Amino acid sequence: MLLECKHLSKSFDNKKILDDVNLKISEGKIYGLLGKNGVGKSTLLKVINNLLTIDEGEVLFEGKLIGVYSKEHISYLPERTYLDKDMKVYDVINFFDEFYKDFNKEKAYKLLKDLDLDKDKTISKMSKGMQEKLQLVLVMSRNAKLYILDEPLGGVDPATRDYILDTILSNFNEGASMIISTHLISDIERVLDEVIFIDKGKIVLTGEADEIRKNENASIDEVFRRMFKC
Amino acid sequence: MNSFDNDRPIYIQLVEKIIKSIISGEYSLGSKLPSVRELAVIYKVNPNTVQKALSEIEDTGLIYTERTNGKYVTNNEKLIKKTKDKLASEITSKYIDDMNKLGIAFNEISDYLREGK
Repeated sequence: MLLECKHLSKSFDNKKILDDVNLKISEGKIYGLLGKNGVGKSTLLKVINNLLTIDEGEVLFEGKLIGVYSKEHISYLPERTYLDKDMKVYDVINFFDEFYKDFNKEKAYKLLKDLDLDKDKTISKMSKGMQEKLQLVLVMSRNAKLYILDEPLGGVDPATRDYILDTILSNFNEGASMIISTHLISDIERVLDEVIFIDKGKIVLTGEADEIRKNENASIDEVFRRMFKC
Repeated sequence: MNSFDNDRPIYIQLVEKIIKSIISGEYSLGSKLPSVRELAVIYKVNPNTVQKALSEIEDTGLIYTERTNGKYVTNNEKLIKKTKDKLASEITSKYIDDMNKLGIAFNEISDYLREGK
């Protein structure tokens, strides 16, 4: 087991954001963490990345409590950009290269080229979509065991979405796993091995994507809509 | 080629696509198939889905694994022909069925075939 969440609970202002979350992530699979806005997706991912404390429960990465070790092996794309806007693209690449042992600089430059990003550009001069692509490049250039992408497709147009999905598929290591959170299910479902439905802080369904399609005779998107009619 | 219908298991659709490519000769008799990762990129699906599809196709005998060397298309021409005939008759009976639903009798179908070429 690569990652295990046991009985995670977390409240903000007496409101339960995570409610007894149990989750197992194994090696070599792509998971979709699917849920509406504001149901706890980002909170859960922050907890797994040890960026938020929890009220109850524990998160184990390769059997060890999360901490320095897990951070060395988890490559995380947060929901919001955290890059210093005054830096140029190559500055950020150098920064990542110094910071992470598993960072592959050549790969980063190759991906920049593939995604049509200029290494000499200052981040503040880049569009939101370009900044998102840059962040994805940084995250995918690490040789991690687990990639966690929080809404990687949010700010980009549908044509670029396909391109980003390709980049994700062709660049994640063999044997590594990935958790992608999104509410744009139909765009992403074809690449998922497993799906995790989350609602109001609870995991409400987990399973193999193709198995669910077979049993329900419907797309994951459709199953999701039926379940969370609003 | 890369479009999948999200309503049906992706691996089943991938099985169908690869089998069609074998029948059409795109993956020719006895040739080596692209690797799992290459196929994942070609069809834009998850490598695990490719793995699952390949093992399904392997069960039909249309491809085989050469130890450590990858997967190959069968040399069995008869098997490919048989698979082709089977698929062709499935498509044909579906077509006839659809035409019947439009109220077009079997003996009128040939007119449409000639017009549509």
